[in-house]
Amino acid sequence: MSNVLVVLEFADGKLKSSCLPGITCAKQIADTNGGELHFLVLAAEPSPLAQAVAGAGLGATTVHTMASPAFEPFTAEAWADGIVAAVHATNASVVGGTASSSLRDALPRAAALLDAALTSEVTAVGAEAVLTRPISAGRALLEQASSGDVAFFTARGSEFPPTEGGGAAATVSELETAEVSTRGVSVVDIQKTKSTRPALSEADVVVSGGRGMREGDNFKVLEELTDLLGGALGASRAATDAGMVPPDLQVGQTGKIVAPNLYIAVAISGAIQHLAGMKGSKTIVAVNKDEEAPIFQVADYGLVGKWEEELPKILELVKAAKAG
Amino acid sequence: MKILVTVKRIPDPDESLKFADGGVDYSASKWVPNAFDEYAVETALRLAEVAGSKERLAEVIVMSVCPQGQRQHVTQFLAMGAERGVVVDADDSTLDSITISKLIAEVARREEVDLVVAGKLSQDNEGNQIPQRIAGLLNWPQACFAAEVRREKDAKELTVSREVDDGVEIKKIPLPAVLSVDLRVVLPASVSNGVTAADHRYQEGARLASLRGITMAKRKKVQVHSLEDLGVQNSGSETTRAITPPPARPSGQIVASAEELVEKLKSEAKVL
Ligand SMILES: Cc1cc2nc3c(=O)[nH]c(=O)nc-3n(C[C@H](O)[C@H](O)[C@H](O)COP(=O)(O)OP(=O)(O)OC[C@H]3O[C@@H](n4cnc5c(N)ncnc54)[C@H](O)[C@@H]3O)c2cc1C
Repeated sequence: MSNVLVVLEFADGKLKSSCLPGITCAKQIADTNGGELHFLVLAAEPSPLAQAVAGAGLGATTVHTMASPAFEPFTAEAWADGIVAAVHATNASVVGGTASSSLRDALPRAAALLDAALTSEVTAVGAEAVLTRPISAGRALLEQASSGDVAFFTARGSEFPPTEGGGAAATVSELETAEVSTRGVSVVDIQKTKSTRPALSEADVVVSGGRGMREGDNFKVLEELTDLLGGALGASRAATDAGMVPPDLQVGQTGKIVAPNLYIAVAISGAIQHLAGMKGSKTIVAVNKDEEAPIFQVADYGLVGKWEEELPKILELVKAAKAG
Repeated sequence: MKILVTVKRIPDPDESLKFADGGVDYSASKWVPNAFDEYAVETALRLAEVAGSKERLAEVIVMSVCPQGQRQHVTQFLAMGAERGVVVDADDSTLDSITISKLIAEVARREEVDLVVAGKLSQDNEGNQIPQRIAGLLNWPQACFAAEVRREKDAKELTVSREVDDGVEIKKIPLPAVLSVDLRVVLPASVSNGVTAADHRYQEGARLASLRGITMAKRKKVQVHSLEDLGVQNSGSETTRAITPPPARPSGQIVASAEELVEKLKSEAKVL
């Protein structure tokens, strides 16, 4: 049996929507290798979470649960133990999920314990389980096959549509709790960035500012545009490093990978590391005072000008367009 | 304390890629140190040194798996201030992540280090998995994507701020442990060791080698290993089928005014 096991994540008792693209990728893998789709829920009390997911009909036949207080809050150490035990108990041959910060942390550790290969940031699934992933800041696509009894993957959230529910319900199956240890680590605090806006990696519209915004206060005009469009705010590394906006707004090779319908880059030069995080956007708009800026090479619409002059105009025009 | 820092060389990320025969031709590439590894060495040095004094709280060893005769990056990191090097003679482009992690874990064991510091990813391969694997193989705790690292004087633990999807997580890890570092670990006050003055501010970024450092680097010890003497076999679990350029974006247009832009977003792109 070549079953594909997806590791799920929850927040406030609900499945995180960021898991849904990873489920789609897993389903594609299961379709190519003829296996079933299974889910894994690791939590202190996984039953209610698993019941809800099983009932949602997301395409899995079985939702496995493993209970341990050590699974909360998340630590890579305890989760890797749980994942390894679940792989042994379920005979899964493929294990993965969306490339979230948690799964990027825990899955490679689990893969090492099983002597298994891991393909990170998968963007496409081919025949015979050949997986495609971008390398060198998205300037090349690597098609890779892995051998072994078990193979791991993380899927790039922006590249797979979210799985929709409504299918057949799954069965819930309790796994025996393995020896799970946090190895003496403790999570002292989690400082969540509070925002009323949609998550950057799931937003339909992203408005990003760069070094040319000069200071945090100047982001106000971008925030106004963001909210008008119901989008999420982003930034280049130069802007986050300068403290203009929090680090988790960084878009790029080392930040969030986004592929919204509309990406608006303001005062961002378009370094390859930034492009790596937004090149997949459907429509790209760039506003930059330097007509030579590389961002214009990927922009569908480029406006050469200073943000101080252009952004207030754009804001008013968009307001009018929305009203009309 | 002993700190092992993993480092590699990568083809200059500012050069364009030459695609040939279903792969990339790196034969004419300029090779440079991986930026995240520079940040890792900088982190280790900030943990090890007492700013403004010659005192050292830890020995910093850099380790690389790289082809023979291609060790300039190791010399560069020794010039930055690492005490000595360990290399494994092997063409790392032919080894998979399983094998590289095993080599590093084995050296960490033999050297009995207290801490492994690695960059969070390599700019070329972007695997983002070696540090986590090393921690798994050694059965040590891990703190990945670190933006801040704090150690109290003589403490056997680190407090690490990690950049996670929706904010920052603060995690305490007992030593020995594995740390992977993100970009912001090289901001002026991101690393403290409990001995360097708390108000000390480093220059942003990874330090450049001094002239003295460059001269000294040539005299520093570099121990050479092979896969065989570390008892590791190439697992060969990954097979590359092809490397191709991504589809190009259709070229866009320059608009003359904010009016034209918004009009086109509305009627042409239909995104408003
Ligand atoms: C290992 C590594 C990883 C990295 N990862 C990332 C990443 O994930 N994300 C990322 O973004 N970067 C990343 N970078 C950094 C990247 O290389 C660039 O340095 C960064 O993206 C530049 O940000 P910027 O475009 O805001 O700044 P700059 O390159 O300085 O560009 C500022 C732009 O603003 C324009 N401008 C200035 N004033 C105005 C004005 N008044 N009106 C209009 N335009 C104006 C200028 O013409 C210029 O084009 C990484 C770098 C490294 C080495």
